[in-house]
Amino acid sequence: MTELLSFTLFGWSGANVVILALVGLGLVVATALVWSRPEPAGDDPKALAKYRELRARIGSWWVMVALLVGALAFGPIPMIVLLGFVSYLALKEYLTIIPTRKADRVLLLIAYLAVPVQYYWVGIGWYGMFVIFVPVYLFLILPAAMVLRGETQGFLRAVGTLHWGLMITIFSVSHAAYLLVLPPPGAPSGMGPGLLIFLLIATEFNDVSQFLAGRRFGKRKITPKVSPNKTVEGFVGGLVATTLLSMALAPLLTPIGVPQAAAIGILLATAGFFGDIVMSAVKRDLGIKDTGTILPGHGGILDRIDSLVFTAPFFFHAVRYFYF
Amino acid sequence: MTSRDVLRLLFFALLVRPFLLVAIGLSVRHRERLPKDGPVIIAANHNSHLDTLALMALFPLAKLRKVRAVAAADYFLRNRWLKWLAVDLIGILPIERGTGRGGVDPLAQAVAALDAGDILILFPEGSRGEPEMRQAFKRGVGYIARRRPEIPVLPVFLRGFGKVLPKGDHLPVPFFCDVVIGEAMTGAGEGFMQRLEQAVDSLAGETPSPEWV
Repeated sequence: MTELLSFTLFGWSGANVVILALVGLGLVVATALVWSRPEPAGDDPKALAKYRELRARIGSWWVMVALLVGALAFGPIPMIVLLGFVSYLALKEYLTIIPTRKADRVLLLIAYLAVPVQYYWVGIGWYGMFVIFVPVYLFLILPAAMVLRGETQGFLRAVGTLHWGLMITIFSVSHAAYLLVLPPPGAPSGMGPGLLIFLLIATEFNDVSQFLAGRRFGKRKITPKVSPNKTVEGFVGGLVATTLLSMALAPLLTPIGVPQAAAIGILLATAGFFGDIVMSAVKRDLGIKDTGTILPGHGGILDRIDSLVFTAPFFFHAVRYFYF
Repeated sequence: MTSRDVLRLLFFALLVRPFLLVAIGLSVRHRERLPKDGPVIIAANHNSHLDTLALMALFPLAKLRKVRAVAAADYFLRNRWLKWLAVDLIGILPIERGTGRGGVDPLAQAVAALDAGDILILFPEGSRGEPEMRQAFKRGVGYIARRRPEIPVLPVFLRGFGKVLPKGDHLPVPFFCDVVIGEAMTGAGEGFMQRLEQAVDSLAGETPSPEWV
């Protein structure tokens, strides 16, 4: 198997090319399945809305996959820029849905500036700065700047919610980008992209398989108050599927061996599950259903990357500790 | 097309639209309710200078010539730079606030634009006021609608632009913004302004609004 994949195409390792081709194929099959469904007859507006949402969701998947593959094809820098843009959109979405104070307008601009700065550390591969910039420097600088504005009413809530948002939207997501520059010079080409492709596929696959397993077998609710659709059966089903996928893919795309890949699969499935329900809890708290409307059929950016926000740092640190 | 039209087209294509796309990210609800052609009156709540640009950008670039925003003459004709920006570049219809002076009909230009088949953008609140708060509507729209009762009035609700660029601020801060388009109303008459206010308020109910203090 590994000999079969040892070719390179346009400078890409064979495994990366084959796996991305499989993702494309899967998307084609999903598209064919969705588009071959007849439009629901009768005048049930709910069925029609659901039908349209499913089609819109597939369309959005095509756009996302095309952007990711396109950026990856042009090398690490375009991909880091793309993920930086995802962070920017996620932060904008977060700041739009949380309560903010008029007094903090300028401060929010500084928060936006943190996006290019953090991804710059990624781009130059300065690990020490990358890993403390948001949790240490911004953690101290933002309240210092905020206190200069002189508004104490709601201070703790403002500084707390802002920093939580920066951790979620910038710090966590940038771990996915850092995978690209993690392998040391001299590592086999395509290892950085391989790690990122693996993380993205496993995270999204886990989302989908937990959802499908929950719909098929779901009985016992895990968090009835936060997310009534999450069941023990869905979680376990997704965990098993993701672990198997991880054992199949990780040895091809990453330096991770088969037994370790099982542990990584369990880690990713668990982290992804918690990312999902944490974002659900945030939305419940704010009284909204979706975080935005930028991805037709999915909702907002935060709705889509909720599990990635949790899987990226866990995966990154596991891989970095054991392999680099 | 005159050179002014070309300049406006470039301004919207190269600056306004990319800005709205990247720095703001409009979410437009019920876009299908937007008519393709005038004459129509668009009546929206007003919180920011960006309101005009966002409403104009809802229409295709080829239609830009026909989209006219009614704006206060005393504010936008203050100095020649602002006048060039407002009248030449954006193409506003300057209007005298308050009652017409010296027997001049303050609404004549607006009615003439409608007669020419233009899309007229009006802010019935009259000024931007406190960000993200709706003031009582002034009667101007009602007067225009009564003079051209067959022309539809489209209520529109805008959310978020007052956070991006409030009155008195010059530095925009990115937030997602909502544009909610209502059903066309006709038949101006008794209680029209009240109906319009209610229509805009009920559109506001379609988008969530985080607190902004």
